[in-house]
Amino acid sequence: MTKESVIRLCVVVGFIALVEGLCRTGVIGATVMTAPSQMASQLLRVLAAGTYNHDIAFSFINIVCAAVLAVVAGFGLGVVIHSLPRLRQALEPLLSSYYAVPTFIFYPVFIVLFGVGHGSIIAIAVLLAIVAMITATLSGLDRIPAVLRKTARVMRLSRARTALAIELPAALPHLFGGVKLAVAYAFIGVIASEFILSGAGMGYAIAYAYNQFDNANMYALMLLVLLSVTLVNGLLNHIDRRLQRRQQR
Amino acid sequence: MRLLPNVILLLVLLALWESLHLAVGPSAMASPWATAARLASLLAQADTWRHIGATASAFAWSLLLACVGGVALGMLLGLNAMAGNVAEPILMNLYALPKVTLYPLVLLCFGLGLGSKVAFGVMHGLIPILLFTMNALRHLPPVYMRSARSLRLAPWQTAWHILLPAIAGEVLAGIRLGFALTLLGVLIGEMFASQKGLGYLAMTAMGAGDIATLLAIALLLTCFAVTGNALLLRVGRHLEHP
Repeated sequence: MTKESVIRLCVVVGFIALVEGLCRTGVIGATVMTAPSQMASQLLRVLAAGTYNHDIAFSFINIVCAAVLAVVAGFGLGVVIHSLPRLRQALEPLLSSYYAVPTFIFYPVFIVLFGVGHGSIIAIAVLLAIVAMITATLSGLDRIPAVLRKTARVMRLSRARTALAIELPAALPHLFGGVKLAVAYAFIGVIASEFILSGAGMGYAIAYAYNQFDNANMYALMLLVLLSVTLVNGLLNHIDRRLQRRQQR
Repeated sequence: MRLLPNVILLLVLLALWESLHLAVGPSAMASPWATAARLASLLAQADTWRHIGATASAFAWSLLLACVGGVALGMLLGLNAMAGNVAEPILMNLYALPKVTLYPLVLLCFGLGLGSKVAFGVMHGLIPILLFTMNALRHLPPVYMRSARSLRLAPWQTAWHILLPAIAGEVLAGIRLGFALTLLGVLIGEMFASQKGLGYLAMTAMGAGDIATLLAIALLLTCFAVTGNALLLRVGRHLEHP
């Protein structure tokens, strides 16, 4: 373990201990926030009892579907756009200002189109995540060193072989940056849509608990979302670091 | 002629919108023309301007706080390599977290109204600005710091006269992203915890199934966001090639 990660661990543990202390001494009232230890024990209790299993499964199915769709479609569209420079030039203003558009406002339109359920939630999450993947694909393909393509020509590789054996591995670290963003946006899109309007899912369960003043369950679920994001992020970062290291070798 | 691709893009988007409208019917998707007409009638009402004013003031405060806080914290973390390395994964994690989850907490801390809207906007916009500033400073050629030292500048002079101009382009790229996310944060804030603002207006339209009004608000916000983005892009290009 590096010195940095030891310090980071200390900072996080210290912060949790501080919040725990403030909650236990009553500086932060029980109506505002429950202590981290209580959040954890309540989370274990509801997980063991299976109260929210349906909501958790609902959310994770949405997140996985949205992330996979966004990554696959984003990569495909990115490759197509990259091969058509005129189209790319026309799309450039759209891509550069895409995230300025508050996508969530179109959620009701999707509800009318797909109904309340998996469809509309996945659609909004894909809409949010896909452009990050397209942009990453474009910049990944842009940054393949010219010498690699020349090598492919020297070796007389076919177009398909060049794409699979040369271009894809060379662009992979950039593509993975897009995957990381797409997963993060899929999380955000799914949980936020469920929060706004849905009949199931973790976002819905948090909103429901909030409306019922059910702080114990609300904070347990918030902890669950925080933990899942951290875990998924940590895993993706780990893979990312390995890819980067391979690139530098 | 330089604008030709943009015009074509706009026309294609309008055509897609119109065909979607024809495909699913007016109850699911109002036509571009109906949306524009609805927007015009909304803008003629004094009540709408009250909502726009509420959103604008919340957005202005959030953006100001996010920019100042993001740049200041980013500079601190960027200059101290150790602190930066410690903080970066934590910040990336916070960036990826669906911040709606923390909404009840914000509401319980700041109450209904302007405070929680601004807090929510800052939560969305501050981290990207911070990360961009921090990374720009980390990749700054050491000659800048050396010249600051040889001129014996005070820390604030170094920051203001040397560091900020050197990283202005990256900071602006961060602010461009922060601008979009702050707007998103303020709108989501208004959707749940407000009796005023465009987010509230959109939420009521959503509840009433009034698609034309909803799309009119979305159109207004999109125009505002795209204009702001284009302006920031232009300033950015000017900074890079003055």
